[in-house]
Amino acid sequence: MKINKLNKNVFLKDGTIYDPFTKKNIRGNVLITNGKINGIGDIKAPSGTEIIDCTNLVITHGFCDIHAHFREPGREDKETLQTGAKAALAGGFTRVCVMPNTNPPLDDPESIRFIVEKATETPIYIHPIGAITKDQQGKEITEMGAMKAEGAIAFSDDGVPLQNAYVMRLALEYAGMIYVPIINHAEDVPLRNDGVMNESEVSTRLGLSGNPDIAESTMIQRDLQIAQSVNSILHIPHVSTQKSVEQIKKFKLAYSIVTSEVTPHHLYFNDEALTTYDTNLKVAPPIRTEDDRQALINALKDGTIDCIATDHAPHTIEEKEAPFDLAPFGMIGLESCFGAVNKILVKNNGMKIEELIDLLTIKPRKIMGFEQDLFADGTLAEITIIDPIEKWTFKKEDIYSRSINSPFIEQELYGKVKCTIVKGLIAKI
Amino acid sequence: MIKEKHLLGLEGYPAENIETIIDTAFGFREVLERPIKKVPSLQGKTIVNLFYEDSTRTRISFELAQKRLSADTINFSASSSSVKKGESFKDTVQNLEAMKIDAIVMRHPYPGAPLHLTKFVDAVVINAGDGTHEHPTQAILDIMSLKEHFGRIKGLKIGIVGDILHSRVALSNIHGLTSLGAEITLCGPATLIPKDIEKLGVNISYNIDEVMDWADAINVLRIQMERMGVGLFPSTREYRNLFGITHERLERHDKKLVIMHPGPMNRGVEIDSNVADSSQAIILDQVLNGVASRMAILYLLLGGKQEAV
Repeated sequence: MKINKLNKNVFLKDGTIYDPFTKKNIRGNVLITNGKINGIGDIKAPSGTEIIDCTNLVITHGFCDIHAHFREPGREDKETLQTGAKAALAGGFTRVCVMPNTNPPLDDPESIRFIVEKATETPIYIHPIGAITKDQQGKEITEMGAMKAEGAIAFSDDGVPLQNAYVMRLALEYAGMIYVPIINHAEDVPLRNDGVMNESEVSTRLGLSGNPDIAESTMIQRDLQIAQSVNSILHIPHVSTQKSVEQIKKFKLAYSIVTSEVTPHHLYFNDEALTTYDTNLKVAPPIRTEDDRQALINALKDGTIDCIATDHAPHTIEEKEAPFDLAPFGMIGLESCFGAVNKILVKNNGMKIEELIDLLTIKPRKIMGFEQDLFADGTLAEITIIDPIEKWTFKKEDIYSRSINSPFIEQELYGKVKCTIVKGLIAKI
Repeated sequence: MIKEKHLLGLEGYPAENIETIIDTAFGFREVLERPIKKVPSLQGKTIVNLFYEDSTRTRISFELAQKRLSADTINFSASSSSVKKGESFKDTVQNLEAMKIDAIVMRHPYPGAPLHLTKFVDAVVINAGDGTHEHPTQAILDIMSLKEHFGRIKGLKIGIVGDILHSRVALSNIHGLTSLGAEITLCGPATLIPKDIEKLGVNISYNIDEVMDWADAINVLRIQMERMGVGLFPSTREYRNLFGITHERLERHDKKLVIMHPGPMNRGVEIDSNVADSSQAIILDQVLNGVASRMAILYLLLGGKQEAV
């Protein structure tokens, strides 16, 4: 990947231009002048313009990931805002929301400001998500008002489920007052027990302790009921089970300000893949059964689940080389995201490429409240250019994260990000 | 004769391998009855017993099998080694490998650790129990003992009773016995039967008397007190009432049910003392067959030929 400053004029020539905001799909060119959109469609390149040939490529909004862990501050050996931003660029993401389970956690206005200030030095837009409770202890809610003023766009104790229903109620009421979403890592901790993978025939065969699907779905059911009763905004992260999908579907009919996301890995793998004890497949919530995977694909198609989010979670090699029981939960996901979800959804399950792009652009932006027409004249360019049909094998060399804990290594993916434009920079992958 | 380099578990392990091992083991069983119980079969081979978890009978059984075969044996226990100083698993095993060893027999508290080990070393790896996953050599000695007693495995009805959830012995027995054509019924408290285990081709019953009526042999598992977190069953008294292989229960059945136990036993909990000591119990035969079958496994995996026994 090469990252350069944009020339004064850059001309994206002969591409298919899909605008997720207006849903318009045209063939033509995009002119970027001084980093801003300066015309789209049947336009000519001014003289002295850098021309990028986009024949057979799709030009669209920059992808937005509303769920990533960049580990700064505290675990800079796993990831930093800078290295995470490079991974994002390689995956076509121009905007990333980072989770607050850092060390110390992002649980006060000062730590939110730290991220916002440091993010200005990175090549993408980074938005911090604040912790719901102080020190992620699940006891006292944080100064959400002041944190929002500093730039927190949502609140989550991700990684640590908010087990206490009363605190969840208070958090939802309070966040509803300032109109930001609460994102609860939905797992009932006692029911999850010491589960390290999905509870099924496979966990039984592997002798690994199981985390049942009901640990997630019962928690989601609780959260949905509380959110509705206090009329607040709930976003459900990394939905992984069929039972959860059923709960959300039923609830959305009556209560519309509920949104949810699914990760590429829950769409791509099923629990049979864990028979190698690959610790890179150890994630929370766990990789579920094939039935669950199919339910997640259908839920994206029918709109029950609103968007795709990577849950990019870097860990060191040493930690992931441990026996399965001891390895930490999480995998990286930014670089492999598009090739993985395009393969599963578009190639294997007949989704339209435009629908998939919506799941990576306008829909996640809408959840976080920053959707806009990124193709309007004068807008700062946030563009991703993709080859929707290129076959490629994901390799270690394709990883720009500081960590390499990816089960996608050596997987054949379908569709590739070629170019990411953001903040006056152009990354050619 | 055995193509598979390692013995990591009996899931998917060829049935003919198990048969070859057991046939060979009966040969070694004869060696063990001789006044001089030693053969030179593995002279010059070096085997490390790498025990990350405490073990008495399995470790002694392996060590004895190695000595009977004239192999050089090194014992390693995690509690008195560099592991205590924080050395990683990878470093420990790569150091051992660098000293030119031929095989590693490993006991480890975590499932999948032997498979993990094969990624770091070229030596033959034999799983001596990995957490709640598998214990293939125990299952092979159990199968050998059944074969010795009944003369066949196909069609035998075997009850496995007790804490199935935490039992590597159960899982290996299920894979090994079903691949050789035996029928299995698992019996124990519902909280100690793992999810979807019936998909492995076994029956489940919560009625020990029915299982004792049905079975030719009962393999009684140890109730693993040390693995208990929250109360998975209410009390040992309740357990004994519902699932204990008691003298009274055995008396109620006319036929001569064969009783097995992998040890160590909790006498008076899962099995009555006089049942364990009765003529129906083949528990001590299992122990002797353990040495013979481990000799066979080491011998076959370390390049021996069956005829050379």
